[in-house]
Amino acid sequence: MCTKLIPKGSGEPGAGREALLPRLQEIHRQKRWLDADDLLEVARDLKLSPAIVYGTASFYSFLDTEPRGKHIIRICRTIGCYMKGKDEIIRTIEVRLKIRLGETTRDGRFSFLAANCMGWCHKGPAMLIDEEVFTELTPQKTLRILDEFIRERKVRA
Amino acid sequence: MTTKEKWTRLQQQQGRVRMIFEEVDCAALLRKAISLGQESIIEWIESSGLRGRGGAGFPTGRKWRLAAAQKADRKFVICNADEGEPGTFKDRRILEEQAIKVCTGMALCALATGAREGIIYLRAEYSYLLTSLEETIQEFHLLLKKLDLPFDIVIRSGSGAYVCGEETALIESLEGRRGEPRNKPPFPVEKGLHGFPTVVNNVETLVYCAMIIERGAEAFRRLGTKDSQGGKVFSVSGDADIEGIFELELGMSLASFVDLFGDGDTKAVQVGGSSGHCVPRKKFDETVIGFEGTPTGGSMMLFNSSRSMYHILHNYLEFFEEESCGQCTPCRVGCQQLLRGIEAIKKGEKDAHYLQELLRLARTMSVSSKCGLGQSVANPFISIAQNFREEILY
Repeated sequence: MCTKLIPKGSGEPGAGREALLPRLQEIHRQKRWLDADDLLEVARDLKLSPAIVYGTASFYSFLDTEPRGKHIIRICRTIGCYMKGKDEIIRTIEVRLKIRLGETTRDGRFSFLAANCMGWCHKGPAMLIDEEVFTELTPQKTLRILDEFIRERKVRA
Repeated sequence: MTTKEKWTRLQQQQGRVRMIFEEVDCAALLRKAISLGQESIIEWIESSGLRGRGGAGFPTGRKWRLAAAQKADRKFVICNADEGEPGTFKDRRILEEQAIKVCTGMALCALATGAREGIIYLRAEYSYLLTSLEETIQEFHLLLKKLDLPFDIVIRSGSGAYVCGEETALIESLEGRRGEPRNKPPFPVEKGLHGFPTVVNNVETLVYCAMIIERGAEAFRRLGTKDSQGGKVFSVSGDADIEGIFELELGMSLASFVDLFGDGDTKAVQVGGSSGHCVPRKKFDETVIGFEGTPTGGSMMLFNSSRSMYHILHNYLEFFEEESCGQCTPCRVGCQQLLRGIEAIKKGEKDAHYLQELLRLARTMSVSSKCGLGQSVANPFISIAQNFREEILY
């Protein structure tokens, strides 16, 4: 499957090592995490050692190298959101999804992770679901958002 | 002051600056810049007194001049849109509303330095801005073509690493490596991306460059103070009556800042984000917001008396421990030990004297860490631990 996701040849922004992060980011965008096969494939394609590819990927917190769900929820844990009550939002999500922070739901739909400041301190608590941002969260608002994601998945499935 | 009065005064103060979010005709601006020529552009930026708005405050004109003096086959202009300092969110709004001016600022830098390639390094947390930015860049490329300017901008995404806001870590990341800062010198203006001269400027800095060419260096210089010229976009949050993004003059006293934004019960302000300084109430009057006093990349966080400074410091240290790139020992181990240390004191496993040891460790980190991240952990640590000693100990 991974071979399909990894564009061959020297596409943008050019071959060589500088293409490494865009490649990894593209795979991550499509399947939400990078498995060993993906990393090996990229290493072969860019003629880099697998250790370099893994070492680079694992440096970046948004390039997950562990299995993740279809949707990744990242809640901001930094000072602004902390002051505005992110702990209550974390509890709300944990209870709704029946997982703890750092875990993935059994059905593989959601991973729930913490992230550092995402630039919404004046409108905290904030979270990202995939690339979309949600701000000024209350428990009620959070549940509404989660339910939308859960419903949408059911319709598509 | 009532909140309404505060807003009125805030409007007046903002009215004196009004640069970043003003609409300008970027085509006319660039035509003007072309007729000015390379040397005059640099002179204007230099004489404006503009210093980098990302936090470090290096004189922008000097940076451009250094890059311009380099002889090289390729040169790069990088827009640092990796805004990650906790409490800072102004670049996001600038990119949302004034991306065309950011591009214009990059083109000015290209004109001034002879660069032909531009890169916007956008943090992963702002990926939702990608589509609109791509559109703006396309539009901007058409304009460049019309003006016959050989310059090209691409966007590259970060992947969630605070340290990549440090310019050499950012360059490492662009080269496909771990975002580990380089030794300086050589500075990026000499050897940057792929070893070529590179100017790395913050989003806000680039927009001010555009406005300086638009309105003249004098219009910028008459704002602020002798050492901190011009306006600055502040990100205000925390226990504040008024939160958000405001463009004000530099050189304001913290006391008048708190009068304007505070909730009447402000006990401390963190100036400059988690890597900045925590100023207690008793020092509000004497603290000047600017390069001659307490500098800030824009982050202003207010804390009222309901807040535990221990928990705030704890949150900062968790942040640094996680974001330290791990390359140099003082920062990697230091962040862990500071965090463990204050936890141990709080639990009573260590006595009050241990705090002195931690302060010494923080000072050691500030002189021995490789980059700004490790060097600046001491700022919040020392300022909080000394001004709010009781809250850390008991």
